[in-house]
Amino acid sequence: MSALADVLAHVGARMGEMHSRRGWLLLAVFALLIAVVVPAVAPAYLVPLLGKFLCYGMAALAMDLLWGYAGILSLGHALFFALGGYGMGMYLMRSMAGEGVYRSELPDFMVFLDWHKLPWYWHGFQSFGFAVTMLLVAPGLLALVFGWLTFRSRIKGVYLSIVTQALTYAAMLLFFQNATGFGGNNGLTDFKRILGWPLQAPQTKTILYVASAIALVGTYLLCRFVVTSKLGRVLRALRDAELKTRFCGYESTNYKLFVWVLSAMLCALAGALYVPQVGIINPSEMQPSNSIEMAIWVAVGGRGTLTGALLGAWLVNGGKSWLTAAFPSAWLYALGGLFVLVTLFLPKGIVGAGGPLVEWLAKRRAQAAAPPPVAEPVKQEGT
Amino acid sequence: MTARRAILLGAGGLLLWLSFSSAAHAGMLEDAVQGLASSSEDKVEDSIRSLGTLDDARAWPALDALSDDRLRVGADGKVYIWDSKTHDAKDPITLAVVQAPRPLKEVEVSNEIRRVAGPVLAQLRLGSPSAGERLAAAEELSKAGDAEATTLLHKALDREKDPKVRDALTLAVARVDLASPSADARVGALQIIKKLGNDEFLSAVQRMVSKNDQGQFNEPDAKVRAAAQEVVDAIAGQQRLVSVVGSLLHGLSLASVLLFAALGLAVTFGLLGVINMAHGEMLMLGAYSTYAVQTFFQAHMPGAFRWYLLAAVPVAFLVTMLVGMLLERTVIRHLYGRPLETLLGTWGISLGLIQTVRLIFGAQNVAVANPDWLAGGIEITHGLVLPWSRIGVIGFVIVVAAGVWFLLQKTRLGLYVRAVTQNRAMAACMGISTKRIDMWMFGLGSGIAGLGGVALSQLSNVGPELGQSYIIDSFMVVVLGGVGRLAGAVAAALGLGVVNKILEPLAGAVLGKIAVLAFIILFIQRRPQGLFAIKGRVDA
Amino acid sequence: MSVAESTAPPEEIEPPLGQHGSEEGPHPTTVAPPIMLWAENLTVSFDGFKALDDVTLLLDRGELRCIIGPNGAGKTTLMDVITGKTRPSEGSVYLESRLQNLTQMSECQIAELGIGRKFQRPTVFQGHSVFENCELALKGAKGVFHSLFARLSKADRERIEEVLETIGLADLRNRQAGLLAHGQKQWLEIGMLLAQNPKVLFIDEPVAGMTQPEMERTAELFRSLAGKHTVVVVEHDMEFVRSIARKVTVLHEGRVLAEGPMDVIQKNERVIEVYLGT
Repeated sequence: MSALADVLAHVGARMGEMHSRRGWLLLAVFALLIAVVVPAVAPAYLVPLLGKFLCYGMAALAMDLLWGYAGILSLGHALFFALGGYGMGMYLMRSMAGEGVYRSELPDFMVFLDWHKLPWYWHGFQSFGFAVTMLLVAPGLLALVFGWLTFRSRIKGVYLSIVTQALTYAAMLLFFQNATGFGGNNGLTDFKRILGWPLQAPQTKTILYVASAIALVGTYLLCRFVVTSKLGRVLRALRDAELKTRFCGYESTNYKLFVWVLSAMLCALAGALYVPQVGIINPSEMQPSNSIEMAIWVAVGGRGTLTGALLGAWLVNGGKSWLTAAFPSAWLYALGGLFVLVTLFLPKGIVGAGGPLVEWLAKRRAQAAAPPPVAEPVKQEGT
Repeated sequence: MTARRAILLGAGGLLLWLSFSSAAHAGMLEDAVQGLASSSEDKVEDSIRSLGTLDDARAWPALDALSDDRLRVGADGKVYIWDSKTHDAKDPITLAVVQAPRPLKEVEVSNEIRRVAGPVLAQLRLGSPSAGERLAAAEELSKAGDAEATTLLHKALDREKDPKVRDALTLAVARVDLASPSADARVGALQIIKKLGNDEFLSAVQRMVSKNDQGQFNEPDAKVRAAAQEVVDAIAGQQRLVSVVGSLLHGLSLASVLLFAALGLAVTFGLLGVINMAHGEMLMLGAYSTYAVQTFFQAHMPGAFRWYLLAAVPVAFLVTMLVGMLLERTVIRHLYGRPLETLLGTWGISLGLIQTVRLIFGAQNVAVANPDWLAGGIEITHGLVLPWSRIGVIGFVIVVAAGVWFLLQKTRLGLYVRAVTQNRAMAACMGISTKRIDMWMFGLGSGIAGLGGVALSQLSNVGPELGQSYIIDSFMVVVLGGVGRLAGAVAAALGLGVVNKILEPLAGAVLGKIAVLAFIILFIQRRPQGLFAIKGRVDA
Repeated sequence: MSVAESTAPPEEIEPPLGQHGSEEGPHPTTVAPPIMLWAENLTVSFDGFKALDDVTLLLDRGELRCIIGPNGAGKTTLMDVITGKTRPSEGSVYLESRLQNLTQMSECQIAELGIGRKFQRPTVFQGHSVFENCELALKGAKGVFHSLFARLSKADRERIEEVLETIGLADLRNRQAGLLAHGQKQWLEIGMLLAQNPKVLFIDEPVAGMTQPEMERTAELFRSLAGKHTVVVVEHDMEFVRSIARKVTVLHEGRVLAEGPMDVIQKNERVIEVYLGT
């Protein structure tokens, strides 16, 4: 019995570390908002778009975990996002076997290429459970291998970023090839059903949206759990002073590997939820510029603050959706300008800049209330 | 009579006879040519045959014009050759432009006539005074393998003195002999083909070693088959050589463009420590500058068009250098010491640059033409042509690389740059304006990339996204070659360009590229400081 | 100074009995080996230049040793080798029981075995609080999954408080380390070292940039540490060295020039030459 009490106490204490009471409340409100209120009031055509944004939010959280907290700027994370998407796409293609244009057990593009049987790596994807497992495990494994090779050679900083770019570029080239067996440059598309529900039906879209919302909140909680744990503190220590951290006895490679693989798998999950909502996955999802855009979401919002990542992802993509419709030729200028402005003037992003602002305001208040000595920096009550 | 008188008389008589007979001959030639326009087909064929007998190469233009529907009959009944381009009538034998009385009637030619004219045409051409013409005739015949031409060929071979034409005629004979009933003759022909032949003979010889539908060899004699197999192997070997050399050259020219990009990047990244994601766009701007100069010349100085490329070089250099310096002053200067931010910031700038170019020049590719002195190439052997444009690019990059080396090693500016690279604080203490150096160096790096764009415009398509495909490659070059050393960038660029192109025929272009990228990723794991790094600890 | 003289074996001067700070007497017992660290015949060469040339350092359990020497003598390199930052081209390092050669191990493994190091420039985790700094350094399991689910036990908390008291930063436990004064950062780093509870502490120039009172506090701290821990201090400041030193090792040009108690070393002619010459 006391063991149970211990566990509960432990859980309670951990929850207290993750958020203050106010924070938990805000989180609950937010979760309700995006998971219940929004799908109820939003017009049907907006639901997939919003769902897409939720997936971007998840990817941004994954990026922030890696960059903001561990200091590892990956410019190839869109690869994991895309791989997750491909995994889901493979399930969706298998689930409509026999219903394609060619009425074959094989997906249309394979028939078109004159293939007669399913490649070995497509087997098993008719099962949803298998597909979900694989779309997490495969990117995770890739991340594990690549990360192990990279971190153990002590590659970091800009070199690491460049090498991740090369990785995603190489993968994109590979997937563009028809011979690779993923639909070449057309990718996988024309999906019909997921778990029996037709993808075009509004209820399915809503369900997918809600699933994305739940996944987003779950991802957020997981990231919050990690960054408020001792592991999170070690990661930040590694980011700030790797050598010192090693001298304290922490094997930096293992820690980096952990957060790298976790981040990759979260991105893959985001991609998997993204694909049924947009209806297509192709190799251009892996292009180098996509990964760089993911970095700017986090930079704009504020890295090292999970809420900043979400804010950045939604602001930038919202702006993109609006501008590409209203002033298409201005979008690239806006995006480019965003990159320049944020790096020059907002290195901590919007939320990051908010911190010092809050501090400054608090200081002013304290000074007005009581003259010097100067109050200690206000501990930020975060959400 | 005295000996002298006898000789004079003899010479005079000879002369008289020659002129008389040549006159007679000339008269016969004119008659035969005139006969080509006859309304009777038989008479035409007779005329053709007598032209063959006369064996006078001057008859060839008229006969060729006949086959080509270019022979006309004037109102005076005389025959003329018609030049459709200049709308002139020409005398059939002297080819002088004359005033022919109109109307000019076309001479009708039937297939039968053409058939008769064919061999005579070949024969006359073989007797042309121009060696080039004879060579062309011989090569045509060697492709045709026409047995009827055999006597012609033997006759021509006997009197031919020019060695190249002799070879071509010998080959022509050999091709015919391939079908000879005598096995020895066939072996002899194969040996000639092995010595002189090229891949045009491949299919004919390969037929001999392959089986027909009944499962029997097309060539019954085993000895002949063996000789034929040797020929096939020899030709295959030659083809491989051509392909390898071609690939190598292609790889070298690709490496040259990559080297331009990498040289510039080695300056900005290697010496200044700045990751410039807009570097690819400098290449693009250089290419578009070339296009703009070309357009300007087309519009305002069409006469000097062939020199537009020379004007484009300084223009491209200046434009990209200025853009680079502007970039450095406004953005990059404020991001020194923060490589990740520089990476992101310059990426944003590259987006803006691409969009600007799109808005000004359009999103489609633009055509940049090679000036005439860069068109064509040197033909090394049959089938292997080294394009002048690629040779030019390679030469250009060597000059520029040497220039950069000279600048850095032998000039004062270069000394300052090296000082700033090695110890910025110390250099500043010594009065070197590090800010100015940074700006000039960034400009230089961008300018070099601009020159690369000029080169690139001569080799491939020019579009707004040109730079994107080079940026990853350039960074790979710098990372592979090691930061801080130009020699490394050179070695890596050469290596990458050549390896890429060599892998291409083996694995396909895309897989080749993937293999190269994978190799680099793995290489960096083992040797993070690159090929030629400055010794010391590896800091990112 | 001629080459021959500098290659002569270091002058071993036996300290008078009783000057050892160790709990054991001068005679070794079979229970705990008296020698804590064996660093033998270490040679490190960079491109032909020998930063360390056949250096041997033997540390008694619980002693407080100072390593001095002019710039470039190899003091920091010696520490780098022992703590695993640099691989020597020759030589070996053993802890206590001579089981594993430390030169084959990584920094983290050596740190986990019980060798702690404080760097020349204060290296603390600027973004963490004083308390968190100590928590991170605290001796204990350092694996990934342990860190993910770890909670500070009462004992851990008490230990951290103890350390904070020792270094005098208990009041500032929630202050961000980046905001501390220079001297405070030095102490924090020493505190982190204590939290690691290492068997051997290597401290590189602890009082650089400190005021006189700060220096005195630091000297007191080190004196109290000796006995429970084996401490090696590298310093330039002779006053400070004199105030804490028992046995001193003098390095010069990558070799051990002399070794012995401070007052004897100070009178050593060669040492005077080397120091006055620089």
